[in-house]
Amino acid sequence: MPIKFTEDHEWISVDGDIGMVGITDYAQEQLGDVVFVELPDVGKKVAKGYDLAVVESVKAASEIYAPVAGEVVEVNEALPDAPETVNSDPRGGGWFVKIKIKDPSDLDALMDEDAYKAFAG
Amino acid sequence: MNASDLLKTPLHALHEELGARMVPFAGYAMPVQYPSGILHEHHHCRTAAGLFDVSHMGQLTLRGTGDSAAEALETLVTADLLSLKPGRQRYALLTNDAGGVRDDLMVLRRADHLALVVNAACKDADFEYLKESLPNGVVLTALFDRALLALQGPAAGAVMERLDPKAAEMIFMDGADLSLDGIPAQVTRSGYTGEDGFEISVESRDAEKLARRLLAEQEVAPIGLGARDSLRLEAGLCLYGHDIDTGTSPVEADLVWAIGKRRRREGGFPGADRILRELKDGTQRVRVGLKIQGRQPAREGAEIADNEGRVIGRITSGGFGPTVGAPVAMGYVDRDFAEIGTVVHPVVRGKPLQATVSAFPMVEQRYRRKG
Repeated sequence: MPIKFTEDHEWISVDGDIGMVGITDYAQEQLGDVVFVELPDVGKKVAKGYDLAVVESVKAASEIYAPVAGEVVEVNEALPDAPETVNSDPRGGGWFVKIKIKDPSDLDALMDEDAYKAFAG
Repeated sequence: MNASDLLKTPLHALHEELGARMVPFAGYAMPVQYPSGILHEHHHCRTAAGLFDVSHMGQLTLRGTGDSAAEALETLVTADLLSLKPGRQRYALLTNDAGGVRDDLMVLRRADHLALVVNAACKDADFEYLKESLPNGVVLTALFDRALLALQGPAAGAVMERLDPKAAEMIFMDGADLSLDGIPAQVTRSGYTGEDGFEISVESRDAEKLARRLLAEQEVAPIGLGARDSLRLEAGLCLYGHDIDTGTSPVEADLVWAIGKRRRREGGFPGADRILRELKDGTQRVRVGLKIQGRQPAREGAEIADNEGRVIGRITSGGFGPTVGAPVAMGYVDRDFAEIGTVVHPVVRGKPLQATVSAFPMVEQRYRRKG
């Protein structure tokens, strides 16, 4: 499955017209220990680059932005009760939401894995 | 401010070697956390011993003949210093004429002087203020290049005794000169975590050697400012500039215990009119602790509402309390809502949370007392 990255350190893994969204290992490391995650309601329409979720570490609250426009079709129900999964498995069990992608061309502007690695250093 | 403009403590190279993430704090580059992370560091301090670099804080001495230094400082602070015996330390508030708090500080009485520790962000202003306010004959000296380390946690006593058996004789708020594996140190049994522990003042050239010696003990791990904040928050200790400042009175801040009994009768410190009046009449708002239901922290600046949604206060410090296992906060609420057990609602991103006014400390206090 193709995976793309934003400059705000979200990843989106694409399967057909569904994109699964989370934050990168670099992002979780910068945040530190995650203690709270606020997920959107299923059915919420999101615009590219706008608030999608909130993640709070011991230190601070951070917004997670939608990498693409679309509709939230599923959220990781397990995450609010185990927010530390964002730290331990950011690319797997620490996923946040699945979005039905409105316009696949939104993905074109995002970075591939190599470009993101170079970007995040 | 550029990173290159930041001051460095004598332990800067050690922090970097230990993999600390450095952040600007009060003009210094300080470690906010080490690789193990804030939660782990917090738990380590509550269960073993944590080593903190607090060299950014301001160390000062006041010298005068007889009681003159204590008498002079009493005109500026709320604490009873005349009754403070040599070798004992006391918490004090430097008040302003409006009855607000200019700074909070620790005062240790030594045989021939007073040793002060003030907040990093206030130390230059404190020095100027003290210098212009103290009478001739009382000599103020800034020791801002001295290092200050804190060793905090239930294992701190055992570790210190290994380095100097005399540490075993010290109880909470004692101060003494120790020789820590040969390093001369002025040590107090106090701290900012709610745990038993020590603050250790040494010459900057000895700081790294002492830190390495302490870290070599198996119970000791380095702790950054991140965990220092969550530890002191659970303990209910105020952070100057956040929970107390020039606009909060000691009575509003529930720091009446920092006003000596004799001082409550006699006054004689800046703002005493207001503070003594508030001691009798109470205040409109009071600092309280909050335990928050669920997992969502409410942070500094969040409004606190009553059941009807009316704003009745504001949070001044908040975050996740790792030992409490839930979000905790402190803030000021209208006195009608200050009673322990009252349900109030911190508002976070427009959403009211459920919180209960709760007594500090929220963790068991384990200071080493007499007996």
